[in-house]
Amino acid sequence: MYAIREALAAFRRAPLLTGLSAAMVGLALLVVGLFGLAAHNLDLALASIEERVEVVAYLRDDVRQNEIDLALQEISALEQVRSVRYISKRDALERARADLPDFGALFSDLAVNPLPQSLEIELRPGARDPAVVDRVAEAAMAYPFVEDARYGREWVDRLFTLRRVGAGATAVLGGAFALVAALIIATALRIAIFARRDEIYVMRLVGARNGFIRRPFLVEGAMAGLLGGLIAWGLTYATYRSVYVSLFEIVWIPDPWVAAGIGGGVLFGILSSALAVRRHLREI
Amino acid sequence: MIDLKNVSKEYPRRGHALRDVSLHVAKSEFVFLTGHSGSGKSTTMRLIHMADRPTAGEVRVAAYSSERISDREVWKVRRRVGFVFQDFRLLPGRTATENVAFALEVTGTKRSEILPRSQKLLGQVGLSAKSGALVHELSGGEQQRVAIARALANDPYVLLADEPTGNLDDRATRGIMDLFWDINARGMAVVMATHDMGLIGRYGHARVIELDDGRLVYDSAAATPAGD
Repeated sequence: MYAIREALAAFRRAPLLTGLSAAMVGLALLVVGLFGLAAHNLDLALASIEERVEVVAYLRDDVRQNEIDLALQEISALEQVRSVRYISKRDALERARADLPDFGALFSDLAVNPLPQSLEIELRPGARDPAVVDRVAEAAMAYPFVEDARYGREWVDRLFTLRRVGAGATAVLGGAFALVAALIIATALRIAIFARRDEIYVMRLVGARNGFIRRPFLVEGAMAGLLGGLIAWGLTYATYRSVYVSLFEIVWIPDPWVAAGIGGGVLFGILSSALAVRRHLREI
Repeated sequence: MIDLKNVSKEYPRRGHALRDVSLHVAKSEFVFLTGHSGSGKSTTMRLIHMADRPTAGEVRVAAYSSERISDREVWKVRRRVGFVFQDFRLLPGRTATENVAFALEVTGTKRSEILPRSQKLLGQVGLSAKSGALVHELSGGEQQRVAIARALANDPYVLLADEPTGNLDDRATRGIMDLFWDINARGMAVVMATHDMGLIGRYGHARVIELDDGRLVYDSAAATPAGD
């Protein structure tokens, strides 16, 4: 009770200093928040591209329907496969006409449909890396009536390299930003506590227990962390809205991330305060 | 009540601050601790307050021994040993009452008792009329009175005063000295460090302990000069 009262009193007594430390915590966490926003959207964009990874198995014209049915059944049963669609020669032609309207005349004049029938094999999420795609393509090629199986090997390789680089960059940059934020929070709270070292000194002088001295500072650290977290949340959300409205559609950070950011701010606020107070407790 | 047994204190950079000092201060004694700058007066005070531990020997304050008490328990000694300094060390931006109340509040006094006790303490040091003044509005002598009221907040056994009149003019000094003697007359021991021999001369009946280069060289209670 005393700790909370005293922490609030500290906010009242030095609103500028405590406000500034909360603002510093807020700006530090804003950097993390903006990075999170960018990383999350980049991840979603890459995931949606990855959705399109599929294997197309082109069939010979003389394949029998029961062979196609068997292949459909067997390939569907593979654990990496989400679904298999059969595209007949006519379907392929219609799709070509729709997709390539400029060549409409060319397609309509054809005496014989040159497009092959095919099986479009869609893979499960998480089973779209080059090795798995390769294996599924090989399985399809094993059928004698499959002429060729394609999946744009180079494209899939590049996509996965990009994802790996993206994940690495996210981890390194995110870690660096979080570290910088942590250092800024620690410094801000250290300054705030340094300004009150006289109080700590007097408390020790007259015989206050260490726990009693520490508690209001921990509450203050938690409050600065919470306030800073909320400031960062507000500013990140404002950035998100303005990008969404004026530039392009992006997605808001998942709620657990927001909670983790604010919770991290609070926790780190407490930890930084504890470390800073400890230093002053040793002085007398 | 205060016992130093063969106490030595050595600081890593400064070297020896105290060498093999033994002394005893009884309840309700008034002691001047004197010596040149760097003779070990402040070190002795810090050791009694247990802000520092001796390198060798033992410091005892009532039931507490420097050999056994942990850093976490030092607060117990602090409540039994009041401390005032030359530079007062009051909290700026707070009133006289708030400064005294702070000491009561942080040592767990009941909320309802804090204000009346603060005012009673300020009354004891003759500052009732200025209890609502901010400390920077007070004179040096008045600020020292606030510091003394704060030091008395937890009913200590002993009051340590490190050059308490060093920043005060003659009149304020007399006022503070009278206050110390009043406090002492009520049964509390007072240990006052000062290098002002003129001041000590005015109170010839008090015990005088002199330190030189960390050694105890004179103790009026022993009647003859101590030393090697």
